[in-house]
Amino acid sequence: MNKQGKAGGVARRLEVCFGTACVAAGAREVLDALKAEIERRGPDAEVGVAKTACSAYCDLGPVVRMEPEGIVYGPVSVKDVAEIVSQHLVGGRVVERLAVTTQPALDSIPAVTETGFFKNQVLIAMRNRGRIDAESIEDSIENEGYLALAKALTAMKPEDVLEEVKRSGLRGRGGAGFPTGMKWEICRKAPGPQGKYVICNADEGDPGAFMDRSLLESDPHAVIEGMALGALAIGADVGYVYVREEYPLACERVLKAIDAARAYGLLGRNILGSDFSFDINVVRGAGAFVCGEETALMASIEGKEGRPRPRPPFPAQKGLWGKPTNINNVETWANVPPIVLHGGAWYASLGTQRSKGTKVFSLVGKVKNTGLIEVEMGTTLREIVFDIGGGILKDKRLKAVQTGGPSGGCIPASLIDLPVDYEELAKAGSIMGSGGLIVMDEETCMVDVAHYFVSFLEEESCGKCTPCREGIRRMREILGRIVKGEGRSGDMELLESLGTVIKESSLCGLGATSPNPVLTTLKYFRDEYEAHIYKKRCPAKVCKALIVYRVVPEKCTGCQRCVRACPAQAISGPRSQPHNLDPSKCIKCGACYEVCRFDAIAGDAIYVE
Amino acid sequence: MVGNLISLTLNGRKRKVEAGRSVLAAARQFGIKIPTLCYHEALEPVGSCRLCVVEVTSGGRTRIMASCVTPVEEGMIVRTDTPRITEIRRTIARLLLARCPKVEIIRRTARELGVKVTPFPKDNEDCYLCGMCIRACAEIAGVGAIGFANRGPKSHVEPPFGQESNVCIGCGTCTTICPARTFDLARVFARKSMHKAAEGKETLRCTICEDHYTGA
Repeated sequence: MNKQGKAGGVARRLEVCFGTACVAAGAREVLDALKAEIERRGPDAEVGVAKTACSAYCDLGPVVRMEPEGIVYGPVSVKDVAEIVSQHLVGGRVVERLAVTTQPALDSIPAVTETGFFKNQVLIAMRNRGRIDAESIEDSIENEGYLALAKALTAMKPEDVLEEVKRSGLRGRGGAGFPTGMKWEICRKAPGPQGKYVICNADEGDPGAFMDRSLLESDPHAVIEGMALGALAIGADVGYVYVREEYPLACERVLKAIDAARAYGLLGRNILGSDFSFDINVVRGAGAFVCGEETALMASIEGKEGRPRPRPPFPAQKGLWGKPTNINNVETWANVPPIVLHGGAWYASLGTQRSKGTKVFSLVGKVKNTGLIEVEMGTTLREIVFDIGGGILKDKRLKAVQTGGPSGGCIPASLIDLPVDYEELAKAGSIMGSGGLIVMDEETCMVDVAHYFVSFLEEESCGKCTPCREGIRRMREILGRIVKGEGRSGDMELLESLGTVIKESSLCGLGATSPNPVLTTLKYFRDEYEAHIYKKRCPAKVCKALIVYRVVPEKCTGCQRCVRACPAQAISGPRSQPHNLDPSKCIKCGACYEVCRFDAIAGDAIYVE
Repeated sequence: MVGNLISLTLNGRKRKVEAGRSVLAAARQFGIKIPTLCYHEALEPVGSCRLCVVEVTSGGRTRIMASCVTPVEEGMIVRTDTPRITEIRRTIARLLLARCPKVEIIRRTARELGVKVTPFPKDNEDCYLCGMCIRACAEIAGVGAIGFANRGPKSHVEPPFGQESNVCIGCGTCTTICPARTFDLARVFARKSMHKAAEGKETLRCTICEDHYTGA
């Protein structure tokens, strides 16, 4: 499939990233243009062109990578194609202006694996990131795909597979961190009617998180192979991938991959000639956040309302269609093949005492390098934010890092040296979740953040149990009052007592974690709540009801930039004289503040009622 | 027939109960009062109101569990009356009282828990979403004409897509079981479900309500 050209005797290949972000940014057009340009230049530019899995450097899409040099270009537009072909492919000189590097002024371009973003990463789940064509099973097989399954079917007993996973110390990557091997064993031992199920939970719903989507899009065979290994160890013969409809590319690729695996005899009856039979169905979810909860997910597959049910019975005892079922998320499954291939002891040598291996995070927010990262467990937040993330945008101050998605907690900058693993995050009041990591700078209002996440969770609560349905709504009402400057004394205490009750008494994990953003911000940023409630001030100058813009006459030169910028016609005044800002017309959008060159508007002069 | 007996500790006293029962049933058997708002003996428990929470210690871990859906286990230690449990129940009562301030069963339950006022703004809902009507329709009548629509605070009970139900038999089990005394058959019935089913068929007239039914 990958036509490989030769240059100087070395196989060369131009790889265009085909992750969702790059495709959205125009990777398809870039790929077509590259092919056309190479065609036009003829034998001079002999090279293979391939589309590859998500390179995880989403900030720079579309990304094009030149192999074997390992030079990464991004963002590449159709206009840049001719230059890359003539200068680099034909001329052998790197196109410096497009090359990815951490050096602002560059003497030489470092190989991409040596740049800060990639250097500190350890790739296991994302081992094929940016290296293979996700739609090519041959590419996957060339890169150790299905080797672990072949090993398990020819040289191992199902018990041995289970033993390796137990030895690896792998824990569920979907959030709760339950030991995967133990979960498999319970399901394996569960008595029950014929037929057990394995499920891949790809109902990733955290705002700003895209680990599972990217894994499914870039390496679907890793997930399929992991599920097959799990089914072998557990004694299941049918698998389901539950993926949300909002992930069309992931759906498409996983379906294609399943077809390809069937055609190769890697799924279906008597896999690789053994007596092990296993096949996978894909079920598309309608995109309810709560369907990521395992019992709600199974209800949804069964065609019922996507609502959780109490456990016990656990899915391992009584799961899908009442049969023992093992459910793991995408990243967990993707970790299984390397564990079986290289041994549990190898995996367990990475990480911390109780959290082994690596974890994929989607690093987003006010950080310079955004994208997907995979790091060893125990890596500190500082390494993640500053070494890999490259620090805070515009070199502002870090305020907090939110981990674990909307129901995760906000960890303050003072805990930046926290090693990231399940235990340490829990101690700080947050969760690992599925791996969302949102970096917040000094211009973030923590009360506003809590309000935002609680509003999301109110919307996504299924409504089954009282504390979650009624409690989250009341928390949102109280927070809504506070950000509007209508907070009352006693609100913080009410939030705390209500939050604690919701945490302790909700039916499922969604409810039980939903107060985390409120409780952690109350714990670490209490002064911001107090400022909102008692002083009616928003220290980060975010909450619109609590800020007032005004012109500082001594500084205003009357340049009229703000007059033009104001969408509400709230600023007037003749040129060269201090302008007037009419507070009754002001919509507090901040446009004037952004354009003012003389610190005449807001800045330290933000006047607070 | 009495099944196997297992022993557990209920509020400090050793007790023997039938295996397979719920903690709630076991506690009630010994006269321990546990409030519930979504539990009905004739229906499968769902553990949704969360008023019946208790502290359960087993395997060295103490957890807060809904007693109606937690099966008894050998050696389990159950406490139904700790300050933490009381606080959770009162908070839930305050939340429900704000949702349904006029519903009698909510007012009474709150009163029994010592809750007189709620710190939250009051709505005036007549349904607190226990789902008994839905379960009764499916489990007792064997019909399944109604279900929850929408999500979260917007949840409500109605036939699928809010359309007239063509499976409702108008038996009234839902209205009879409704603990809030608010579920009105009109919600399903006004859509002429049964009448529709009866159209063009040989039907009998009910001597009490004068409606048609399609029985023999």
